[in-house]
Amino acid sequence: MIDIVLLTLLLAVAIAIIRMKDLFAVVMLSGIYGLLSASFFVAMDAVDVAFTEAAVGAGISTLLMLVVITMTGRSENTTRHKPFPALLLVVITGCLLIYGTLDMPYFGSADAPVHSHVAPRYINDSMQEIGIPNIVTSILASYRAFDTFGELVVIFTAGIGVLALLSSVRRPDNGDKIVCINYSMHEQHLVVRIVTKMLLPFILLFALYVQFHGDFGPGGGFQAGVIFAAAIILYAMLFGLSTARIVINQPFIQLISATGVLLYGCVGLVSLLNGGNFFDYNFLSNDAITGQHLGIFLIEWAVGCTVASVIIIIFFNFADYRERQQSNENEHNQESP
Amino acid sequence: MLIGLFNNWIVVMLMMIGLYIVIAHGNLIKKIVGLTLFQTSVFIFYISMAKVVGGTAPILADDIIQYSNPLPHALILTAIVVAIATTALALSLVIRIKAAYGSIEEEEIQRQDNQIQADKKERKQA
Repeated sequence: MIDIVLLTLLLAVAIAIIRMKDLFAVVMLSGIYGLLSASFFVAMDAVDVAFTEAAVGAGISTLLMLVVITMTGRSENTTRHKPFPALLLVVITGCLLIYGTLDMPYFGSADAPVHSHVAPRYINDSMQEIGIPNIVTSILASYRAFDTFGELVVIFTAGIGVLALLSSVRRPDNGDKIVCINYSMHEQHLVVRIVTKMLLPFILLFALYVQFHGDFGPGGGFQAGVIFAAAIILYAMLFGLSTARIVINQPFIQLISATGVLLYGCVGLVSLLNGGNFFDYNFLSNDAITGQHLGIFLIEWAVGCTVASVIIIIFFNFADYRERQQSNENEHNQESP
Repeated sequence: MLIGLFNNWIVVMLMMIGLYIVIAHGNLIKKIVGLTLFQTSVFIFYISMAKVVGGTAPILADDIIQYSNPLPHALILTAIVVAIATTALALSLVIRIKAAYGSIEEEEIQRQDNQIQADKKERKQA
């Protein structure tokens, strides 16, 4: 029952997103949309997915969009691009898709085709073959490790893309001015700053817990990486970019993101050199189960490193770009009168 | 049938709302939000396919017989993180477009592009 309510709310939020002109409201609604879909995933038993969606959809993606809006302006142009042909196209496509769903298996039926192929093997044999309780982690990190490797490379590539688009050589002379701007901000947010200072170690500890407990409960490298990055971003937001840049060395973070991908690939190569297939962890150690545990530990660690550092890179480059833009504007304003 | 396919119909509607925003709205940020709606509707589709009535979360424990299907969960888990990475890439393109054109409205960008094309043609004829 709860899932029907959540889905209806999702639809209402989506309709509100179409109608809103204020981009700030649109982005906040998309954050609510992410949180609602995370709740829906809990109701569907997908706890790992819900965890990720709550951290990513409701947290990081909203934040990144807000940073971009501060640069691009928050109001949307009222004119729409050919609304009626678009509406017609969308309605026709929607009707065809709904027609397509008519012969689909009903929701929750245990004999649907999706449950008949490889899933029973994962559920019944993963304890003997992999030896960890969380089946999602077994699939993600061992059975389908090659997929996950590809996805990690995609994330890494996106990080490189953002670096290529936004980063530039910093000018050393505008450092003082930025510190001044940040100082005034600190005075305004004294309470938040002190509370955050107390919370930060716990957030980081929680990220590590999620990282290492992913074998037994919901969690793993992807979620831990996002939470770790969220803690760093929180610090950067409240204490200013220049302070955060002293704590978090950017070239070091870039190195970590590459090291994660390298470590992941190397785990595959070692099992290849030991006589198994690529990513066959049984060959990592004399005992197959120990090998699986070692392999999953290493690649979860690699995933966590890359995800955390790529998200930190993305945020710092967005914020950096904004800061440069503002200081350019300030200089421009000083020169023009 | 209404209850049995309700999830799929909501997914279709969400997907079409996302598609409509991508087609009909000119603002690039709004387009990206539309794409996010579309993406999330696909996630919802996969996850509701994985649900088995009476099943629990796929974490092995002693006295549980029925689990939901863990395979779509593993697929979507990675897809979510890939989605945020690609969204970030799209957002950084938007930032650069704003810097180059001074606007993130599709029609304004198109107008400026057309202007440049027309200028080039004129210069060639001259």
